[in-house]
Amino acid sequence: MAVKTTFDFDQMLSNAREAYGEELFNMANEGYDFMFTYSDNVAPSSSAGKLLKDYPERCVNFGIAEPNQVGASAGMALAGEVVFAQVFGPFLPLRAADQIHTDVAYNDVNVRLIGTHSGVTAGGGPTHNDVVDLALYRAIPNLTIVVPADANQCRKVVRASFDYEGPMVIRIDRAGSPNIYADDDYEFEFGKAIEALEGTDVTIFSCGSMLYECLMAAKEMKKDGVSVGVIDMHTIKPLDEEAIIKYSKKTGVVVTVEDHSINGGLGGAVAEVLMEEGYQGKFKRIGMPDEFAVLGTPDEVYKYYGVERTGIVKTINALMEK
Amino acid sequence: MSKVSMERILELDDKCLKIRKDLLNFIYRIGMGHLGGELSLVEIAVALYYEYMKFDPSNHDMEDRDRLVLSKAHCSETLYTIYSDLGIYTMDYMVEHFESLETAKFGMHCNRKYCGPIEVSTGSLGHGLPVAVGLALAARKQNASWRTYVIVGDGELNEGTNWEAMMAAGHYQLGNLVAIVDKNQVQMTGPTEQVMNIDPLADKVRAFGWEAIEVEDGNDMLQICEAFDQIPPSDPQERRKPIFIIANTVKGKGVDFMEGNPKWHGGGIAKEQLDEALAQVEKNRMVR
Repeated sequence: MAVKTTFDFDQMLSNAREAYGEELFNMANEGYDFMFTYSDNVAPSSSAGKLLKDYPERCVNFGIAEPNQVGASAGMALAGEVVFAQVFGPFLPLRAADQIHTDVAYNDVNVRLIGTHSGVTAGGGPTHNDVVDLALYRAIPNLTIVVPADANQCRKVVRASFDYEGPMVIRIDRAGSPNIYADDDYEFEFGKAIEALEGTDVTIFSCGSMLYECLMAAKEMKKDGVSVGVIDMHTIKPLDEEAIIKYSKKTGVVVTVEDHSINGGLGGAVAEVLMEEGYQGKFKRIGMPDEFAVLGTPDEVYKYYGVERTGIVKTINALMEK
Repeated sequence: MSKVSMERILELDDKCLKIRKDLLNFIYRIGMGHLGGELSLVEIAVALYYEYMKFDPSNHDMEDRDRLVLSKAHCSETLYTIYSDLGIYTMDYMVEHFESLETAKFGMHCNRKYCGPIEVSTGSLGHGLPVAVGLALAARKQNASWRTYVIVGDGELNEGTNWEAMMAAGHYQLGNLVAIVDKNQVQMTGPTEQVMNIDPLADKVRAFGWEAIEVEDGNDMLQICEAFDQIPPSDPQERRKPIFIIANTVKGKGVDFMEGNPKWHGGGIAKEQLDEALAQVEKNRMVR
């Protein structure tokens, strides 16, 4: 049974980035003990900014120096702290790759790297696109990779991460995506995919803010009598391989959708699982192509590359006709 | 004069002599090492473990121990040799478990997962100072009086992350942080001043808000102790300049054919060379 979602009727924009900060602030108020680091990237007026005001002794600004921030966060964790390290997403994987790899993952410590403005949501062109991160993170041992799909799930992830042993990356988009999950009490488990929508003809594996576009694409296709299932792969690592195999075999037509390069992200991960399983159905990755993206707002860029509901529908139709 | 008695200085001198010999034997037996930097580091490491650092070999995990980050991680064998001398591991055990796949406890670069007294897994250069900054900040948050020491090489100061960390430590006035540079003036391809000049180092670190203490001869235990004596007690809440000890050392110290020679940056040592090196270490011991 799929989890009940609100996508059909609730268009309220939520904000995962704000939700994450709010949840951290709530946790601090409830007595959770952690440290918070950032790289000159938290507006004092934002919800994470409340931490700076009320809990200044546990917040450290490292200025515009992501490698030092990530290395020092590992040092704090080595001293026994749980550390939430917020980094402007585009600069987390590329600037601090060595520190994520060596200081955080190799030392196997409790740092939660929060990459905000993920995918192309920063809207600043290729230098500000965060579309290679999953490919890089996936190859780093010890690192759990989570991509929440909406604000409510983001809250659950942040809260659950406190007691999770080991390093984690939490990938959050810039601002608004509609709340998907109606039931705030649904059980969230790292590494356990969620069937957001049941379907019998096509399976879409997606994560993050793209999940909503997939649900809208499924709704569109339902009008034409095509039943599309949407699976929320919120944890990219450890990957729920069982779910990938189960839902792929069920439909025989599989599409992955992500705000990431088609190289090495969720699509690559799903393809690897399916190939090793001997899956022989139809398969297509939807994401940013292997090029430095055109300049535009996120919505324009998504449309240009077909990484939104219309493009998804078009790609699925073409795949089914093949 | 140092606060440490002359009698104790002589004992520490003897300890350095023993560590040098053990180190040479260890590298000979395992067939790999970085003797140049490992030998230049001996006085600094001995002073820390045997005199200045809060460290209990029988309880190396004790909560209020001082933390040491070996940023120049390729010189880990100096620390392993000290652990052996302190009775934590026997030399035979270390040889048997050196880079021996599943049973390995000791690697060319330190790994905290396998070797208990190692605080931080390190290897690639330029990582130690940022991690040490994090340790010092955590100690302040926890109101813990333990101190963080970090040993860096002068060659690795080429890496920009050191300067990011120095900026942060100066900015936050981490008085509970002590960095020591083993300034042996030779990196892999030649003299540091030719490869990438880092001088005037003291001026630079002072400009970043640190206290710089220069040690003319970082292989002279008395001078090393005089430098460490200047460090005030560790108070996590006291905001003052972090301390940067610049110890001028000699790469390959104690062995004539290794001293200042980049060839001895890494590798093993043959039996004839070992015998000669051991004899020279004895011959070159400091006479007071």
